[in-house]
Amino acid sequence: MSPMTAQVVTLKIDGQDVSAHENDSILTAAREHGVFIPTLCNLDGLTTLGACRLCLVEMAGSPKLLPACTTKVSEGMEVVTSSERIAKYRRMVIELLFAEGNHICAVCVSNGHCELQSMAQTVGMTHVSVPYLYPKRTVDASHERFTVDHNRCILCMRCVRVCDEIEGAHTWDVMGRGTAAKVITDMNQPWGTSDTCTSCGKCVHVCPTGSLFEKTASVSEMLKRRHFLPYLTMMREEVE
Amino acid sequence: MAKTITIDPVTRIEGHAKITIHVDDKGEVEDARFHITQFRGFEKLSEGRPFAEMPSLMARICGICPVSHLVASAKACDDLLAVDIPQTGANLRAIMNLAQLVQSHALSFFHLSSPDLLMGMDAAPASRNILGVAEQNPQLALDGVRLRKFGQEIIATLGGKRIHPAWIVPGGVNAPLTEAHRTEILSGIPAALEMAQRAIDWYKSIADRYREEQTTFGNFPSLFMGMVSPDGGLDHYDGKLRIVDAAGNIIADQLDPKKYADYMAEATEDDTYLKSVYYKPIGYPEGSYRVGPLARLNVASYAGTPRADAEMRLFKKIQRGAVLSSFFYHYARLIEIMYGIERIEELLNDPDILSTHVRAHASPNRLEGIGMAEAPRGMLMHHYKIDENGIMEWANLIIATGHNNMAMNRSVLQVAKHFVDGNKLEEGMLNRVEAVIRTYDPCLSCSTHAAGKMPLHVRLVGPDGALLDEKRRD
Repeated sequence: MSPMTAQVVTLKIDGQDVSAHENDSILTAAREHGVFIPTLCNLDGLTTLGACRLCLVEMAGSPKLLPACTTKVSEGMEVVTSSERIAKYRRMVIELLFAEGNHICAVCVSNGHCELQSMAQTVGMTHVSVPYLYPKRTVDASHERFTVDHNRCILCMRCVRVCDEIEGAHTWDVMGRGTAAKVITDMNQPWGTSDTCTSCGKCVHVCPTGSLFEKTASVSEMLKRRHFLPYLTMMREEVE
Repeated sequence: MAKTITIDPVTRIEGHAKITIHVDDKGEVEDARFHITQFRGFEKLSEGRPFAEMPSLMARICGICPVSHLVASAKACDDLLAVDIPQTGANLRAIMNLAQLVQSHALSFFHLSSPDLLMGMDAAPASRNILGVAEQNPQLALDGVRLRKFGQEIIATLGGKRIHPAWIVPGGVNAPLTEAHRTEILSGIPAALEMAQRAIDWYKSIADRYREEQTTFGNFPSLFMGMVSPDGGLDHYDGKLRIVDAAGNIIADQLDPKKYADYMAEATEDDTYLKSVYYKPIGYPEGSYRVGPLARLNVASYAGTPRADAEMRLFKKIQRGAVLSSFFYHYARLIEIMYGIERIEELLNDPDILSTHVRAHASPNRLEGIGMAEAPRGMLMHHYKIDENGIMEWANLIIATGHNNMAMNRSVLQVAKHFVDGNKLEEGMLNRVEAVIRTYDPCLSCSTHAAGKMPLHVRLVGPDGALLDEKRRD
């Protein structure tokens, strides 16, 4: 992004005329103008992925819903960020996330501090209308300080990105496809045996759910601090 | 003609159960059994979970006594960490455990059993419930509701919510007590003591009406087991086990809960999901013992608080040796309510209770841990095994109602033999069979490691399986 040379474009978000830099995403433009669009995989300081599909918006001339985080603004664009159709899709996205894993809020380390849980409230999810899959997933507690509970993973890939982009270790990655996809450490080996992990804990703090947590945490105790990320990114860019 | 009477489900208890009564050709009761018809499997579903999740996970076994499971589970986790937790942490846990004792006992006595005691065992079932009590003796019903509230509010004040608070954690508790909260809890004590005293006085005023029940409601010699402090006083949080026989002699004392496998064993029966526990040195089934309020007062030498001690002296005079009739569970429960309130006050008045050092931090240092506490219904034990990463590999829970299983079966048979006439079924007879179960305040949800209430359904079935008579109560 080079704001100095970027052209300014004007577009409509929810009927309101707004201006944005041409390289901005719809999400960035909306946020700059105080329009709320829900997200889960998106995190300030990390690259954009478009994995969670929660930020879907309507665009004039497009029959499809488009993700606000990966769609760039353009001149004359007309975007709608909230409608009945969008609300339905967003609820469905969250319902599918709940149905796909094993999310038992009551006994979760992140209960009360979970982005998935609060997002379910934000989008007005009252129940899950599709059958739960109850997948058999594992818990890896081999790391000295941290545990990964795959039952609670929503594949947002924040851990993969922060480890690669900020820490530079690239311990985390993803293997498998569809519902069998899972995050892995190194060559799909126990986390505690990873040669690349620096035990920095960034992955734990960016994880939106209770999937990654500190071993000392009991139920509801895993408070995550994520505000440091944009600063880390900023400081590194300055050095470079 | 021989037949079987089935009471299914049993009402005003916590969980699902049925009673079958076998009647011979002459219409006399031959045998009676108490069956628990629910199955839950908490031990199995804990496998593979991080151990620190266990207190909250196991608390979900029950909505009435979640704190007991929190305490026993957290103590098992302390044992895995191999740490001594800060005394203030232990005392705060003890306060929450007593608060739950008070509210659970209040539920059992006022909501579930006082209708039988106030209106009589033969009263019309339509009004023989807590609403009927509210009509006939508003003060009694109000005290019941308020005593429950007293306990529940303490739990909420300490842990943030009434049911399933996540405050009790491995190593202690996760937040200290504030001065404001201490003052708030203490301000409720005088009224609670008054209500407890009123309940005891009322019980004594009506107990004589139930002489026949006193002599037949599970009145038989047995062992009793409960936790006591090092010098034999009542202790619900952190004591060792004592066993007394029917004559009141101490046959085992200061047994280490962690070595339970040396002296306790479980037997399974074909017709119930509830396992029976017995004292190994004496064997099955003679080693059957009772737990809970009656047992605790039978094993303890003293209570340790003034009003409870005064009442306990009267309790011990009921009978030379141990008090054997399960009818007196009610009385014992009321004395324990008094004790709970007094003891909470004592613990809160200790200046150290406001210490902010309430939790020990450690990683697991042992692969096996055992935790035990006195739940309202009796001794509760959690036993865990973990792998070197702290992941649960195995769990065994021994629940109060399991210890009482054999005693409940004997009590049902005794009451059925005395009151039930197979030739002519009457509601009051069957209610007594249920009422004796209620004296134990069984928590079937816990003991099978489900909940709900359903109407009573009695069926008279002939030997050929034909339905002879049927009565429904909605």
